[in-house]
Amino acid sequence: MFILDTLIHRLRRGCETMDYPDGPPPSLPDRHGGSLRVESSKCAEGCADCLSVCPTSAITRPAGRGISLDLGRCIFCSDCVGACPHGAIVQTGDHRMAVRRREDLILGAEGQEEVRLAAALDDRLLKLFGRSLRLRQVSAGGDGSTEADLNVLGTIGWDLGRFGIQFVASPRHADGLVITGPVSSNMETALRKTYDAIPDPKIVIAVGTCAISGGVFAGNPEVKGGADQVVPVDLFIPGWPPHPLTILDGLLRVLGRLDERAAQKRP
Amino acid sequence: MSSSSPFALLANATSVPWGDVPEWPMPEFRNITAAELDRGARLCAWFGVPEGDATRVVAVIAFDADNTLAVGRSAPTSGGYPALTTSHPQAHMFERELWEQHGLDPKGHPWLKPVRGSAGGAPAMADFFRVDGREVHEVAVGPVHAGIIEPGHFRFQCAGEEVLHLEIALGYQHRGIERALHGGPRRGTASQMEVVAGDSTIGHATAYASVTEALSQSEAPLRAQWLRALALELERLANHTGDLGALANDVAFLPTASACGRIRGDFLNLTALLCGNRFGRGLVRPGGCRHDLEAPRLARMAERLETALADVEQATAWLWDAASVRGRFENVGTVFDRQASDLGLVGLTARACGLVRDVRYDHPAGWYRLSQAPVAVWPGGDVFARARVRWLELQRSGEYLREQLPASAEGAIMQELPPSCPETLAVALVEGWRGEICHVAITGADGLFRRYKIVDPSFHNWIGLALALRGQAISDFPICNKSFNLSYCGFDL
Repeated sequence: MFILDTLIHRLRRGCETMDYPDGPPPSLPDRHGGSLRVESSKCAEGCADCLSVCPTSAITRPAGRGISLDLGRCIFCSDCVGACPHGAIVQTGDHRMAVRRREDLILGAEGQEEVRLAAALDDRLLKLFGRSLRLRQVSAGGDGSTEADLNVLGTIGWDLGRFGIQFVASPRHADGLVITGPVSSNMETALRKTYDAIPDPKIVIAVGTCAISGGVFAGNPEVKGGADQVVPVDLFIPGWPPHPLTILDGLLRVLGRLDERAAQKRP
Repeated sequence: MSSSSPFALLANATSVPWGDVPEWPMPEFRNITAAELDRGARLCAWFGVPEGDATRVVAVIAFDADNTLAVGRSAPTSGGYPALTTSHPQAHMFERELWEQHGLDPKGHPWLKPVRGSAGGAPAMADFFRVDGREVHEVAVGPVHAGIIEPGHFRFQCAGEEVLHLEIALGYQHRGIERALHGGPRRGTASQMEVVAGDSTIGHATAYASVTEALSQSEAPLRAQWLRALALELERLANHTGDLGALANDVAFLPTASACGRIRGDFLNLTALLCGNRFGRGLVRPGGCRHDLEAPRLARMAERLETALADVEQATAWLWDAASVRGRFENVGTVFDRQASDLGLVGLTARACGLVRDVRYDHPAGWYRLSQAPVAVWPGGDVFARARVRWLELQRSGEYLREQLPASAEGAIMQELPPSCPETLAVALVEGWRGEICHVAITGADGLFRRYKIVDPSFHNWIGLALALRGQAISDFPICNKSFNLSYCGFDL
């Protein structure tokens, strides 16, 4: 009687899809820490404590100025947060990190302490993609974890399909390309061909630190050091790998779906 | 058996002075290695160490029944030698790699072609094995596949629906990990090791940490070893759950597919409860662990673990009840036990062929010296057996966690490591969720890595998938592939 069993079990569990974005987002694990906030004005003269602990050299200190942290190279180990004696780097606990321009991930200067979150696509693209976005995914040196958490968005808890977003098998059917991995040289041709096979207009989304900058492999001659070295990128979603919530936020943000919902809630 | 071995013996996660590793001229070394394999040893690693213009070949072998590893090496050599593969097929991929990396020609190797195409261009550029005949057609798949999955190229020779031969060409994911380790470790090395295969973060990070600790004649504090074992079993639970869901999905059995998709996330979130990251990044470091599991957190973990284990038991019970699932799983994608042992398959793939082969049991290190999960074995070698072994391991890892969560060791979780010994070789094996992860490090006079070799279980097992497809309908490829679920990046390095 297993059919009856499964049906009863399903009915008992009810709907398992989360309320977000209509309700509050699920909370991040407490040790996740979320995004970073960097105030280089707090840096003491000559201090370089954070530079020496960063495993990916995401932090630099130009002469005469405070530090600059590239969230596109960061692997969120939080060693710098512990190393900073002046509280210049803190975790915000915020899952939102997606940006439209690479430079919006550079933190530290006044007015640029946090990421400058992505704006929605322009009206023409929103009209095309806003309610129906088909994406082709290419892993180019990806380690399998970002790919796994993209797949998670398709499970019943997240149900990406309810937003009209779907991953498709053929680039010919796609409106955009999602790239993971530091782009290994051996995948460059395949990545270019996939990009070319997607009809215009199209968008490109780089998911994960490796896809943004090469991450822990930046500088290895076997990798290109990020998706934007090969194709133009419209949305950068940091994380190592990004939490599914961070990816979903980025996708909804660029489609203007979060603004839309906020507007509907206003009296 | 191992007591009479001419090789230097060592236990898992220990080291031996490089100078104490016995050395023979290459042709003799090849024959001695062959003799050891004939006596029941298993080849864990076979790789080259540059020595001027020449290359030394190193063999790491395992005597599973004796819980002992053994290592030997050749004198510096160049040119060629009679291939080991002709008599011992388990060396086939190692010898291709040795040829690609060091130019040593294994004479007589039946299928010598690049492994990763690291010299530019992927190995799919090379010739494929072709079956001739008017009825035969060739199907090429990849590197970009239809789902959200890593890239690789599959070339099928088919007569109608039936696959006569499948050749798998990888290398697209090559990131230069081993080469970058030369002269290391560096500041970012521990992080790189966490993404050798991103779904086996704890496995590879533990192997790296154990090798580093062995090189400095030291060990992580007991509490850190406890944490690593917990995290490794959580990694196994998450991946096995995801795989059973994906297998169900591939035969259109959606209740289990939907449920397991979610429960997999519950297990990942338990890892995140421990260290903040769903894949365990930032937890394991040489010298110990970076996060502790304090009493209140431990209580929360134990509670959430019970819920997730009960859910997965329910969801998989449906799977075994469904005749439609058994009909699609049984006698599909069979690897025979003889093939598995000849080819040196490891991990759950080997155990699904009835081979009792599990590093946690055969070569216990770390916390596994103090506690053990029974080895899960199922005969048959088909998709059903591989699913069944996963299901058994879900239960046993769950039970292991239930026992070990309250059995913590007190004390520190991290300690400073003394500098690595110079001119030393260290080996660490870890039973990741796919199977045996092998890391070997050799230090130079400065104590830095002179050579670092990584063998992901996928390196042994991809050939298993190729064999499983022989005589199958090509439409069974997705389910066969999923039943192995091997790593592309772990192979490509």
